[in-house]
Amino acid sequence: MNAPEQQKLIGAGVKRKEDYRFLTGAGQYTDDVVMPQQSYGVFLRSPHAHAKIARIDMEAALNSPGVIGIFIGKDMAGENVGGLPCGWLIHSTDGSPMHEPPHPVIAHDKVLHVGDQVALVVAESVKEAKDALELIEVDYDELPATVDTASASDAGQPLVHDSVPNNVCYNWGHGDKAATDAAFAKAAHVTTLDIVNQRLVPNAIEPRAVNASYSKHDDSYTVYVANQNPHVERLLMAAFVLSLPESKLRVIAPDVGGGFGSKIFLYPEDVALTWASKKVGRPIKWVAERSEAFLSDAHGRDHVTKAELALDKDNKFIGMRVHTTANMGAYLSTFASSIPTVLYATLLAGQYTTPAIYAEVKAVFTNTVPVDAYRGAGRPEATYVVERLVETAARELNIDPVELRRRNFIREFPYATPVGLTYDIGDYDACLNRALELADVAGFAKRRDESKQKGKLRGIGYSCYIEACGLAPSNVAGALGARAGLFEAGEVRVHPTGSVTVFTGSHSHGQGHETTFAQVVADRLGIAIENVEIIHGDTGRIPFGMGTYGSRSISVGGSAIMKALDKVEAKAKKIAAHLLEASAEDIEFTNGVFRVKGTDRTKSFVDVSLAAYVPHNFPLETMEPGLNENAFYDPTNFTYPSGAYVCEVEVDQDTGETRIEKFTAVDDFGNVINPMIVEGQVHGGLGQGIGQAMLERCVYDDSTGQLLSGSFMDYAMPHASDLPNFTVETAKGTPCTHNPLGVKGCGEAGAIGSPPAVINAILDALAPLGVKDLQMPATPHRVWTAMHNAQRA
Amino acid sequence: MYSFDYQKADEAKAAVAVLSANGDAKFLAGGQSLLPTMRLRLAQPSALVDVTRIASMKNVTLDGDKLTIGGAVSHAAVASNADVQRALPGLADLAGRIGDRQVRERGTIGGSLANDDPAACYPSAVLALNATVVTDRRRIAADDFFIDMYTTALEPDELITAVEFPLAERAGYEKFRNPASHFALVGVFVAKFKDGVRVGVTGAASSVFRPAELEAALSKDFSVASARGVTISPNELNADMHASAEYRAHLIPVLAGRAIERAMSF
Repeated sequence: MNAPEQQKLIGAGVKRKEDYRFLTGAGQYTDDVVMPQQSYGVFLRSPHAHAKIARIDMEAALNSPGVIGIFIGKDMAGENVGGLPCGWLIHSTDGSPMHEPPHPVIAHDKVLHVGDQVALVVAESVKEAKDALELIEVDYDELPATVDTASASDAGQPLVHDSVPNNVCYNWGHGDKAATDAAFAKAAHVTTLDIVNQRLVPNAIEPRAVNASYSKHDDSYTVYVANQNPHVERLLMAAFVLSLPESKLRVIAPDVGGGFGSKIFLYPEDVALTWASKKVGRPIKWVAERSEAFLSDAHGRDHVTKAELALDKDNKFIGMRVHTTANMGAYLSTFASSIPTVLYATLLAGQYTTPAIYAEVKAVFTNTVPVDAYRGAGRPEATYVVERLVETAARELNIDPVELRRRNFIREFPYATPVGLTYDIGDYDACLNRALELADVAGFAKRRDESKQKGKLRGIGYSCYIEACGLAPSNVAGALGARAGLFEAGEVRVHPTGSVTVFTGSHSHGQGHETTFAQVVADRLGIAIENVEIIHGDTGRIPFGMGTYGSRSISVGGSAIMKALDKVEAKAKKIAAHLLEASAEDIEFTNGVFRVKGTDRTKSFVDVSLAAYVPHNFPLETMEPGLNENAFYDPTNFTYPSGAYVCEVEVDQDTGETRIEKFTAVDDFGNVINPMIVEGQVHGGLGQGIGQAMLERCVYDDSTGQLLSGSFMDYAMPHASDLPNFTVETAKGTPCTHNPLGVKGCGEAGAIGSPPAVINAILDALAPLGVKDLQMPATPHRVWTAMHNAQRA
Repeated sequence: MYSFDYQKADEAKAAVAVLSANGDAKFLAGGQSLLPTMRLRLAQPSALVDVTRIASMKNVTLDGDKLTIGGAVSHAAVASNADVQRALPGLADLAGRIGDRQVRERGTIGGSLANDDPAACYPSAVLALNATVVTDRRRIAADDFFIDMYTTALEPDELITAVEFPLAERAGYEKFRNPASHFALVGVFVAKFKDGVRVGVTGAASSVFRPAELEAALSKDFSVASARGVTISPNELNADMHASAEYRAHLIPVLAGRAIERAMSF
């Protein structure tokens, strides 16, 4: 038997297997799941940012048509339902653990932000539930609210939690303070910036949704939920909140329409519905409305930072000092504490050899929606600090920002940064040089002159980012305060006919894993991609794994699958050896064919699979039948995707309107499995990054804590018309040195790298007018105001 | 959304009769503002009377120097109507840039005017063009029609059956979009008549208004430079999270200049 054509699925732009069902309306999202005897839940939410609940009168509501039950915080407190846990413990510089105030599933004494849950109404229909909700009378004793990030810990600010002095969750320090201060003492130049990394609302296209049911039959719960990590959701809910054995709770995250981090977390609504489903003996479904999503999905970013960069006389970076106040919102969301600390300050070296870096982060509570991971999670904030500092320094010193970067690039690997990471590999010059070429930076001066003739200002800006992905080596994460492991699990189940089902702990909510992972498996086993099925998102089917966030799926989840494939191959070789009457060491496996080396004696993958399950001719005395292997993979290091972005803008002086004329992204993701999917991921990331740079801003009224940007009428999501045609290229790249596929991850890069490139470009355009700084988002109003103020000055 | 009754009217009189008898009923004239408000439970009409099927309100007629657009004519129909394009291309251009494609298919001129959103496009044209709003019972001059934010001269049960536009020598509209909603952060309609220039400004204040300084300057010299030479006071203009009053004041002459460029391009 001849070997089939060598398949080259890895590296091919295979069309997404999942798209047929999505495009034909056959996707099954949580809201598509309708259970027998389905009931519907709606949440009464606080209209106040901070108030005592004096009285709740539910009588009229309980008598409203169709009402099945109404549950308030007191009901749950009476049954020992726990509060929501935080998954990462941060210690303050004085050694004390962070403050972890109670995070009740439903508020009982006090509401702490507009949108806080006050009651769950369960009824026969959404309409009846809403009608009843309007009949609930709540007397609130309003309290003054703390809203603003920068001043949240000032003396005299209202306390969000009585148990947390000055609203400070923790004061964390990272790096060598003495060495950094010494570097600044001898600096030839210091660049200083005040940065607001504004609060964002994630806005996945599918709002959060839950459909929870309880079965009396086996005393167990099944919860469909729009979520990125069903096993984490199950562990947190079962072990920490409801005190159930994991086996009594099945969490299914079916098709999920986007997460961007916001669906990692265990949310109070998930718990409330699960708990109440037993109370009412009916499945309960809740689907957030968009306005509810604004008030209850964990928000992102919200840092106020003072950053300084010290340079010597040769323009080498010698020190960086950063002080950040990070807003946690009203409660600690699941991974909130880790975002502005271990996922932020560890990235402050960027692509540069800065030898001394010190960061202090003060996390504060405010009467606002909790803040947690959002696409990039800490790394966009770090990249923004570094890349704005670098380009501002270049402008102040009147040297080419490209040249300044080159002078400070890390070029020897592995490289241990002063902030705790060891970069395994990279080639920053290669990405930057290619980006300069693609962006035609050489022709910029001419384009700038052409713009000038039209009365417009043109600018160019750069960003050379690095990110730490592939979260994470569990022991490292543990040492940094993680209360969970960060491995991934994979199971490869070969069926008798040689088709394969793969069970992965990674979760796809738009990433295309069903295609990418199938490419890896089909390539490795030499079988058709149609014969590989990827199963994810159901704790009743998949092994215990940690899910998808931090650009970890291919590098950690894919590696677990590769390990399981190693085991499959090893056992299959033994079976083939038996069938071919040879020794296992003499069997080679290529393109789906087992061959006795140097002979034409072969068995196909199908022959071996069949023999494994119909073991008539099988070494049963030494080997179990079957071909079904699982593996856990715990990475030995993070992966370090990097890249160079170039943004070119044109500013209309009359209005401040800024158009991105060109955006060039060159990324080093190591090896790439599916370049089409990777390009799509970069496009999406750029859309969100440019959205942050130019449009998006979550705004609270500073005194009342009311959310002013509570809908798309006031919260500016990027439209297609706001974005240019991207020039995106994946560099040939430097494969990751420590995972079997040599992959690094690509999901967050665009959102991490692009904001500073945009703002640097706008500041370059405005420099002739004397504008020196600009906060995100660079709306026309802000750009015009900056020009206007500079001209007046 | 609360439950409500839905009725279709075949003629204006019947539609008005329903509202006269039922104070909680409302006309449905496309529903592009009303239905989202109802979905949020911010409005609770007991009944909606759909007036978009009333044949007499769906005509566009050009008669000498008067263009009449029926109250139930959609934005898309105005934008694509050959008579509007010929007689008042600036109005067709405005209609073709309201909201998005879906909104333009459903939304109607009567609905937009009756709702009187302070950032809607149409009011600026109706005011600048000195149009007459025709209702089931009377004729209302544009200068008397717009009272304040979401408040017009209409009685609660009064139905806009048509809008009559005198033809201008030149007319054009330009708006600066709110980055979030894409409504007009500021929109300016300029209309040049034989005896002077009228300007309607939307988005900038609590209601559409005519800036006297700009009208005076453009009546003397209908040019971009003339528009740009005018300074508008920020007093009385809106300030919100999207733009300061100063920025809106700055944009008015800028957009007036661009509206003139558009008007001259037709």
